[in-house]
Amino acid sequence: MIALLIRRIFGLLLTLIAVSLLVFAVMALLPGDPAAITLGTSATPETLAALRHDMGLDQPLIVRYGQWLAGALTGDLGKSYTYGVPVAGLIAERLAVTLPLAALAVVLSVLIAVPLGVAAAARRGGFFDILAALFSQMGIAVPGFWVGLLLVLLFATSLGWMPAGGFPGWGNGLWPAMKSLVLPAVALALPQAAVLTRVTRSAVLDTLHEDFARTALAKGLSRSRVLWGHVVPNALVPVLTILGLQFTFLVAGAVLIENVFTLPGLGRLAYQALSQRDIIVLQDVVLFFAGLVIVVNFLVDLSYLVIDPRLRAGGAR
Amino acid sequence: MSVTDSATVARHHRSRFRGLRRANLILGAIIILALVGIAILSLFWTPVPPAKMQITHKLQPPFGFGLLGTDQLGHDLLSMLMAGCWNSLSISVSAVAIGGTLGTIIGITAAARRGIFEALIMRACDVIFALPPILSAMILGAFLGTGRTTAILAIAVFMVPVFARVALGSALQAWSRDYVLAARAIGNTQLSITVRHVLPNIMSGIIVQATIQLGLAILTEAGLAFLGLSVPPPEPTWGRMLADAQTYFHAAPWLALLPGLAIALSVLGFNLLGDGLRDLLDPREAAR
Repeated sequence: MIALLIRRIFGLLLTLIAVSLLVFAVMALLPGDPAAITLGTSATPETLAALRHDMGLDQPLIVRYGQWLAGALTGDLGKSYTYGVPVAGLIAERLAVTLPLAALAVVLSVLIAVPLGVAAAARRGGFFDILAALFSQMGIAVPGFWVGLLLVLLFATSLGWMPAGGFPGWGNGLWPAMKSLVLPAVALALPQAAVLTRVTRSAVLDTLHEDFARTALAKGLSRSRVLWGHVVPNALVPVLTILGLQFTFLVAGAVLIENVFTLPGLGRLAYQALSQRDIIVLQDVVLFFAGLVIVVNFLVDLSYLVIDPRLRAGGAR
Repeated sequence: MSVTDSATVARHHRSRFRGLRRANLILGAIIILALVGIAILSLFWTPVPPAKMQITHKLQPPFGFGLLGTDQLGHDLLSMLMAGCWNSLSISVSAVAIGGTLGTIIGITAAARRGIFEALIMRACDVIFALPPILSAMILGAFLGTGRTTAILAIAVFMVPVFARVALGSALQAWSRDYVLAARAIGNTQLSITVRHVLPNIMSGIIVQATIQLGLAILTEAGLAFLGLSVPPPEPTWGRMLADAQTYFHAAPWLALLPGLAIALSVLGFNLLGDGLRDLLDPREAAR
């Protein structure tokens, strides 16, 4: 168990280093000088040289990577050119919007998908099965940011029940902040829920056919007790796997949704950094997102060991 | 319920689902053929040139001026949707073709060589998969400028690990078959086995995957275009049409509806087609 854990953590570190290397290499190898892009066309040679020095661009590549990585590890991600503040602080500040948004969306999608998927599997071809099939087919096809637009059109512009966008900050009370996250979270959750519904249904169907489920039924337990007590907990592993794999798409969705609702989150920060040519911020946010995806998948991997004791012994996965 | 009963019920359900899947295939094929037709037609003819502004007729509702109305600058909406269809499909098909070919080659190579090579490739795939196209498009856009090439590249890069995993998985299965073992025993090289036995065996799975990934590529391109990371104006894209519609919600809600419907219909078409093809080409997988 401990050896397995150490091996996994080692793997995680290697993957994180590989990601940082990839992002750095792409940035370094693409044509174009980050300092020149940051300053735009009006830069004088002197200011350009000064910024190049500030950004460390006059150093050899390997030194630059080393400094960047060492900085990232100690929480020093450099300074934003446009905001003039440390990027780490910017990311932390924006994370206070993105993280609750993502968490709310995950909770919502699970709350929709698991009951619907289980109900669909419980009676194949029944009402809920057809509903689940329709929902997942539509939910996968419809772009989340378009759902966001339509939600704004309906609940903000027409009915005026919800804010159309923006974020009041957590300082002004919990409710106004939560209220401005509800519609974005729904828009972010729907495509996720569509995928999860499908996975839940097929995972429950697979588990229903396993011996222990048949034994429990034969023993005389009621169908719903077998379903919720035995089948659903065992079907959770594939559901969790997909939840982890879908995190990439959740991040991509959040970038779009934050821009639909003008929420000051990380995705909006990345977009603003791009439009303001703030290369340092862009590079750091992209790295942060990629690291987040990898860490989340690592945690999902670990949680198998907690959920399913069978996987603890051999570590065969 | 006796054993025979439940078997009959199961068979009944299966046949019902099979009928449904056949319907999926046909419906998906019709949608995609129609969209491809519209996309190609738009290269030669649209009711009005999509970039032409008729400012005196701006923000007309559907059937008011032109079949589907006009936008804030008096562009004909139907013409924009048609041209947008070409942009959306051509970018998605290019991206999936590039990413799919590269990914498949990487996957079957990993299956043939195994060992450390396979492990490294798969780790690299995890790394690339952690970068959603929207983020890689931002990086590429900052350096190379935004546009068609950036959008295709960003989506294609993300497709590589997707196809590499699928190809590796099914190629490993193919390698374990008896006839491959026999082919190895009589001294065929890895390359010739891969080309003559493994590749034909995994092709159906790759085609199904490509169809489904086309749907994802359409969604991704729409997202990129929404943020201005795809084809620049004056060429219309469905995603940017939605972004522009945000400003004119009150006056013209149809501007926010039609491009979204076009995106959803295309993705639905590819997904239905993919599900139907899976049933047709890959019955074992479809039986799940």
